[in-house]
Amino acid sequence: MLTAILTGFLFSIFLVFAGKLFKGKLSLLASFVPLSLFVYFSQFIIPVSNGEVILKSYEWIPSFGVDLGFKLDGLALLFTLLITGIGFLVFFYTSSYLKGHQYLDRFYGYLASFMAAMLGLVLSDNMITLFVFWELTSISSFFLIGFNNTNPASRASALTALGITGIGGLFLLAGALLLNNMTGTYAISEMLNMRESIIGNEYYFLAVLLIFGAAFTKSAQFPFHFWLPGAMKAPTPVSTYLHSATMVKAGVYLLMRFTPVLGGEDLWNISLIAVGGVTMLYSAVHTLFRTDLKGILAYSTISALGILVFLTGLGTQEAFLAAAVFIIVHALYKATLFLVTGIIDHQTHTRDVTKLAGLNKIMLPVGIAGILAAISSAGIPPTIGFLGKELTYEATLHSETLVIILIIAIVLTKILLLYAGFVAGIKPFTGKLPDEYANVRKPGFILWFPPVLLAFLGVIFGVAPFLIESSIIKPVVAAMGADISDIHLALWHGFNLVFIFSLITIATGIAIYFFIKPSAKLEARAARFDSISPETILRNFNKLFVDISYFWTGFFQNGYLRNYISIIILFLVVLVGYILIGNTNFVIDYHSFSKLTIYEIIITLILIGGIFYTVFTQSRLSAVVGMGVVGLAICLIFVIYSAPDLAMTQFSIDTLTVILFVLVLYKLPKYLKLSDYKTRIRDGILSAIFGTLITTLALEVLSEPVNKDISEFYAQNAYLEAHGKNVVNVILVDFRGADTLIEISVLSIAAVGVFGLMKLRLKMADRKRYQDK
Amino acid sequence: MRTTIILKTASNYLLPVLLVFSVFILLRGHYLPGGGFVGGLIAAIAFILHAFANGLPNTKELLVIHPGFLIPVGLSISFLSGLAPVLFTDMPFMTGLWSHDPVAILGYVGSALFFDIGVYLVVVGVTLTIIFTISESA
Repeated sequence: MLTAILTGFLFSIFLVFAGKLFKGKLSLLASFVPLSLFVYFSQFIIPVSNGEVILKSYEWIPSFGVDLGFKLDGLALLFTLLITGIGFLVFFYTSSYLKGHQYLDRFYGYLASFMAAMLGLVLSDNMITLFVFWELTSISSFFLIGFNNTNPASRASALTALGITGIGGLFLLAGALLLNNMTGTYAISEMLNMRESIIGNEYYFLAVLLIFGAAFTKSAQFPFHFWLPGAMKAPTPVSTYLHSATMVKAGVYLLMRFTPVLGGEDLWNISLIAVGGVTMLYSAVHTLFRTDLKGILAYSTISALGILVFLTGLGTQEAFLAAAVFIIVHALYKATLFLVTGIIDHQTHTRDVTKLAGLNKIMLPVGIAGILAAISSAGIPPTIGFLGKELTYEATLHSETLVIILIIAIVLTKILLLYAGFVAGIKPFTGKLPDEYANVRKPGFILWFPPVLLAFLGVIFGVAPFLIESSIIKPVVAAMGADISDIHLALWHGFNLVFIFSLITIATGIAIYFFIKPSAKLEARAARFDSISPETILRNFNKLFVDISYFWTGFFQNGYLRNYISIIILFLVVLVGYILIGNTNFVIDYHSFSKLTIYEIIITLILIGGIFYTVFTQSRLSAVVGMGVVGLAICLIFVIYSAPDLAMTQFSIDTLTVILFVLVLYKLPKYLKLSDYKTRIRDGILSAIFGTLITTLALEVLSEPVNKDISEFYAQNAYLEAHGKNVVNVILVDFRGADTLIEISVLSIAAVGVFGLMKLRLKMADRKRYQDK
Repeated sequence: MRTTIILKTASNYLLPVLLVFSVFILLRGHYLPGGGFVGGLIAAIAFILHAFANGLPNTKELLVIHPGFLIPVGLSISFLSGLAPVLFTDMPFMTGLWSHDPVAILGYVGSALFFDIGVYLVVVGVTLTIIFTISESA
């Protein structure tokens, strides 16, 4: 199974080397990758429908309890089949849609990586693995949305999507760690048995919120929905595959997966009903105000995702059943509509629904696909969409709370979705063909076959629901922890309340379709509310954040070395001083001092002289030399107090520092501007305080009882273990050798940095460009 | 740059003497004050002194290769000396390996010495790269 998951990644790595092969006529061959995976996963349909759960585990990081654990149950199977099945059609379609594109190989590489990541996501049983694949889908989605990387809007959308879904990924990671803390395992299958203790845990609330955060961002739930319409900047195959059929359902998948673990509580159910309900209605209303086909489809996708979240929240067996069916319904009709839109865009170069009409005269098969998908989306028999809608209504009617409000919400949503489906699937193909499109070329087989196949599947499953009943649907419901004994799918449920609602929906929806025509005017009307949309609020928040960062950085990183040093010292003084004040207990005992020797007196006098010279000299160079004198005097003190290693090193370093300063300062003019009197006083006071602080600190350290274990260990073992008599050096090269290794690496990086900065002679034009930014 | 003839002449003799001294400091590090770090600094100072007296181009010519190349070489030596115990015996990274008998002049030779040689080369490379680069750009 691991091989199956990794195939996509391997294929995209292979494309790095063999990309050219797949750019030309062979591009169709790429679709064999998802096709073979589809066949591979199909073999699991029979065992899974018999209630088997296939578990595979490979060791990864056993010490952290992280392994590559995979679990194939009904829920995972449904998703793997969607991923590979629709994946195959999308790969197939792309070979014509992006025919001759400069970066077709790259596109296939991204698609294949995405497919692999998505497979890993739905099959992972281990939460850390789940998180890794989750992030990989976000990243591959980022590349796919930004595929037209010369277009700034496309890049911005990619970044927004990555930001939102990336934050969600972090929520997931946090949730995984928290759940691990609560249960001691990362395996979801083990958490299933610990439901009681998880729900009783004081952090249950937080865990639920984190999982929600992950799911809602990924599945574009309100108020995080806005990245999805932006993601439509991607080429249409991507919108079909990632942003409608598979990736955006990952959030729903996560919720379904965790329903048996975290669900069943009011917190879980009511939040999901509320968020899903708001999302489905809000974005369904939005579809009324769009004229771009993909925009309409994007909002209707969000709305569909809202329905799925809503159904998951209802939490009954009927609701799970409805959700399972609706996932298939939606995948089939929405993928069809997207592919149809892609064909229209590809042939006519427009997606403006107000301009499109009568295209069935040119592309009849596409038109049939579009109309069938629209019918399925509307829930008109005999499509599977009808089945999905009936089940949804039934589940809502049997809800425990707020039945009336919920049923109104769901019926309204469905009415609007019917409208959206008709606009996207029927409007472009009916009516009179505008003259400007009279010469549009007929799309080829590779383009029209995938949508037609999907649309017909929607009808076939509707007429013969038993095809998917026990093979796919029942295992999904079982995986969500509900009883499956009395499930029976049928197109005709009898004349009951649900059927009446269906009739109302269809009648009203069709009426709206005939009365409201999408127009630019409507779109402009909706745009007036943009200023209070979640997207604008988030953007403003982002802007504020960036502004604060600029201010903060500008304030502290102002480029004046003297200010940096002042701030560092001031900070240290305040922090250490706060601890030290009133807490010092050193005693200076003059009698214990050894007698001053003449050397010490001389050295100290030199030291003091050096300091005064440095402070009062009028030239930079002499100040540096003065500092050098101070450094050397300190070296001598080290020598007297028997620290020869330290003295030697300090001596060399001091020499080099002076040389370095001289080199830099040599070419600079003499002091152009001395700091004014006030600043000098301020700096002087700061220095004096800092000096006092360090002295106090040193005295304080001396008065504390010293733990000599470490130094004794080194002294005793230096010769025995490391054959050295110079303890300092033995520590450097042996006991703490790894530290030294890292230190010399840091030194090397510094050298490379200096070299790079100095040799990078920016041309004036470049410099100006950078300054402008 | 004006330099006195005395410094110029002296530096030609001082360079080899200082270099030998730096190696001496490097080698004795394990038993007496010294070591790769200080040794490296002394060697670097020797070259800088030479550069001051004879001009940077001459020193660079003397060095043949750019001092920057010493950095990766040194890093590799240090790293490999740490890796040696892993490769040859089955001991952890950075375990000290030692010769059984003392070698003439050097005494016992161990992987720590090679580690120190690596440090020496890195320090020479880093110091000279920084100083040469800055003095060229100033």
